[in-house]
Amino acid sequence: MSTIPSSPKLHASSAAARQRAAITVASCTIFGAVAQILIKVGMSPAHLDTTGKGLVSLVLAVITDWPLVAGYACYGLFTVAMVLALREGELSKVYPIIALTYVWVTLLSYWLLKDTPNWYKNAGIAIIVLGVAILGQGGEQE
Amino acid sequence: MTPLMWRSMGLVFFAAIVGSFGSVFLKMGALRLNKSILSFVNSRLILGVGLYLASSVFYAMGIRGGELSVLYPLVSLGYIFTLVWSKIFFNEPITRYKVAGLCLILVGVFLVGVGASR
Repeated sequence: MSTIPSSPKLHASSAAARQRAAITVASCTIFGAVAQILIKVGMSPAHLDTTGKGLVSLVLAVITDWPLVAGYACYGLFTVAMVLALREGELSKVYPIIALTYVWVTLLSYWLLKDTPNWYKNAGIAIIVLGVAILGQGGEQE
Repeated sequence: MTPLMWRSMGLVFFAAIVGSFGSVFLKMGALRLNKSILSFVNSRLILGVGLYLASSVFYAMGIRGGELSVLYPLVSLGYIFTLVWSKIFFNEPITRYKVAGLCLILVGVFLVGVGASR
C-alpha cells in the first residue's frame, strides 16, 4: 500500500500515458454529473432548511443531509481521479475532457429535476462542449 | 430574470474562479507526487483540495436558487481563468485554438442564459 500507480517518467508523459489519462477523466465525468444532481437535491429547501438555524444545528443539518453527503462523496472520488489524471497531461488539455459532464448534467436535470428543456439550453451546451473540445486542440499547436 | 437568479449566477461564477485556482494548485501538487503515499501530503495539493472545497460551498449555495441546467453550465466560465493561469504558472502557450474554444464557450453560456428566461 505504500505505492501509488505511477508511470516511470513523471514529467515527460508519453502519448500512451496522455491517452490513458484522457480515458480516466472521461469515465469520471459520470461520477461528476451524479454528484451535481445529488448536491442540488441535498441543497434544495425541502432537504436543507436553513431558516433560523444556529451554526451547530446548521452543521448538523448539513452532515445528516444524505443526498448532499453522497454528492460530495462522489465529487471527492471525481477529484482524486482528476489529481491522478492531471499528472499525465497538460492542465489545459486534460481538464477540458471534464466538459462531457455538461451533457450528463443537462440530461439528468431534465429527467430527474424536471428542469424546463429548451433549444437555447441544448444549443448552448453543444456549443460549450464544442468550445472545450477545440480548446483542448490548442495544446497541439506548439 | 429575478434578483435571486442573478445572485445564484454570481455565486456560481465566483465558485468557478476559486475552482480555477484549485486546479492550478492540484496540478502543482500532482507534479510533486512520487512512489511514496506520503507525497500526497504536500502543501500545494492540500491547498488545491481546500480551494476546491471552498469553491463547492459557493457553488452549492448558488445552485440552491435556480435550475441546475442553467447554473451548472456557468462553471465553464472557469476555463477562461484556467487558460490564463496555465500560461502564468505552467507557461502553457495560448494558441488560436484555445482562444477560439473560449469564444465558443462564452457563446454557449450566453445561449444557456437566454434559455433560462424562457
